[in-house]
Amino acid sequence: MTVAQHPAGTAQAEAGQLDVARLRHDFPVLRARVNGRPLAYLDNGATSQRPRPVVEAEADFALLENANVHRGVHTLSQRATQRYDAVREQVRGFLNAAEAAEIVFTSGTTAALNLVAQSYARPRLGPGDEILLTGMEHHSNIVPWQLVAAATGARVTVLPVTDRGELDLAALPGLLTPRTRLVAVAHVSNVLGTVNPIRKLADRVHAAGGVLVVDGAQAVPHLPVDVQALGADFYVASAHKMYGPTGVGFLYGRLPLLEAMPPWQGGGGMIQRVTFERTTYAPVPARFEAGTPPISQVIGLGAAITWLQALDWAAVARHEADLLAEATERVAALPGARIIGTAAERVGVLSFVLEGIHPHDVGTVLDLHGVAVRASHHCAQPLMERFGVPGTVRASFAVYNTREEVDQLVDGLREARRVFGA
Amino acid sequence: MTDASELYQSIILDHNRAPRNYRALEAPDRAAEGYNPLCGDQLKVWLKLDGDRIADVSFLGSGCAISKASASLMTTVVKGKTLAEAGRMFDSFHRMVTGAGGPADDLPAKLAVFSGVREFPARVKCASLAWHALSSALRSQAGADPAGSST
Repeated sequence: MTVAQHPAGTAQAEAGQLDVARLRHDFPVLRARVNGRPLAYLDNGATSQRPRPVVEAEADFALLENANVHRGVHTLSQRATQRYDAVREQVRGFLNAAEAAEIVFTSGTTAALNLVAQSYARPRLGPGDEILLTGMEHHSNIVPWQLVAAATGARVTVLPVTDRGELDLAALPGLLTPRTRLVAVAHVSNVLGTVNPIRKLADRVHAAGGVLVVDGAQAVPHLPVDVQALGADFYVASAHKMYGPTGVGFLYGRLPLLEAMPPWQGGGGMIQRVTFERTTYAPVPARFEAGTPPISQVIGLGAAITWLQALDWAAVARHEADLLAEATERVAALPGARIIGTAAERVGVLSFVLEGIHPHDVGTVLDLHGVAVRASHHCAQPLMERFGVPGTVRASFAVYNTREEVDQLVDGLREARRVFGA
Repeated sequence: MTDASELYQSIILDHNRAPRNYRALEAPDRAAEGYNPLCGDQLKVWLKLDGDRIADVSFLGSGCAISKASASLMTTVVKGKTLAEAGRMFDSFHRMVTGAGGPADDLPAKLAVFSGVREFPARVKCASLAWHALSSALRSQAGADPAGSST
């Protein structure tokens, strides 16, 4: 586990223990009771909870300052435009991109990947070209590329996953061919928690003449991300997995790449001049933001970044690593438990199965125990097949989780074993 | 309901552990698949008919305890019934697990173990997966492709 200062993060006066109890004050939902027990929210990989400052920023904007962006000469519209563009600069800083124009707001990770697929890949690829994915991708980092492959005659190839849940880099030379135009990989696996070696991949992909697309949805809440240091050509993520609102995410793309890309969707806000004979397009990033964007959600994303950057990230990293290590150790110690994903470097996610009990049933028993987990294929069916399981139980952690919640998880699993006589 | 044992009653656990009629039928008259894309649960139901009566029924598949036990219990209650009777059972079962109300008089008493499922909206599809496959098999034309699938 890397312990690092978040970029632009402000370390608290005394680096040390994270004051989790104080943090939790900002999340009223964490005081909820579910089925007669305190809620233990361990489904952060699906969506994280939002702290008050994020919700209030959205609400204040909607109640007091609402206006469209890039449209009006009036004061509210100009103020909304300034705030919207200020968040673009915040995202730039958050990812350490070189320029704010390299940040495109999208409706989320999925839309960002589809944008790269349709606007970057589709016009460039042809029969015989290859798109290299990995065996641990989320469906949203598989299906957009299959669509491109079907439309262009390109071929999807797959870098396999080892038994520990790491990328099989030994297989890379055979798969990274002169025809590999694009490689798409998760920074952190949503099922296994594996942190993939993006810098190493980037160097090899670039040496082979390809571009690297990184799905950062599961990484941004846990790791400092520096797109330049990582060598990512494209990097995408969603706000709602990093304490922000649903409905908004972002695409980082190296400027020369974005500038060479045609629009994906047409509409207002993305044009320079429209006539029925010929339309010219706005420069990036506006070219890729057709229509009224999710303005209050973008404002909320800005508040989430501000909130995140005020945390002591060395303490956050230690806290999350401790929780994950403790949960892994205690779940692994249960009879019949099998941990799926034991990579050397993991963050945020613990996947497992209990022998003789289907993951769904474990999920229901845990729910009755107040514990929220995800029990499914996690939109990663090829990975489930790789590990020979129908699905897994996934506990995914956030900065506000506690050891007591790990206790509650383990108690719930004991209850599942008791109910099923396993 | 806050106690897991109220949902997972012993009859469900028993049919999950040792599902009845858990095999493929050779030369079936009807067959249909059920698949839940949300969770990946899948099963296949086979029927052998004697006139309009279900002479034999079986299933195979993978899924959670609820879906497996429901499929297993279903095979035990529809065997020997007419197609019309089985169709009415499907309607009643569906009403029971979705909480839609209405009479469930024609449901054998042992199926009442699934009445608790209505409190778990995410699990309703598990309990009804096999029944939907059965319904699809019932509706399929005799002589139609017995591998015809349905969700």
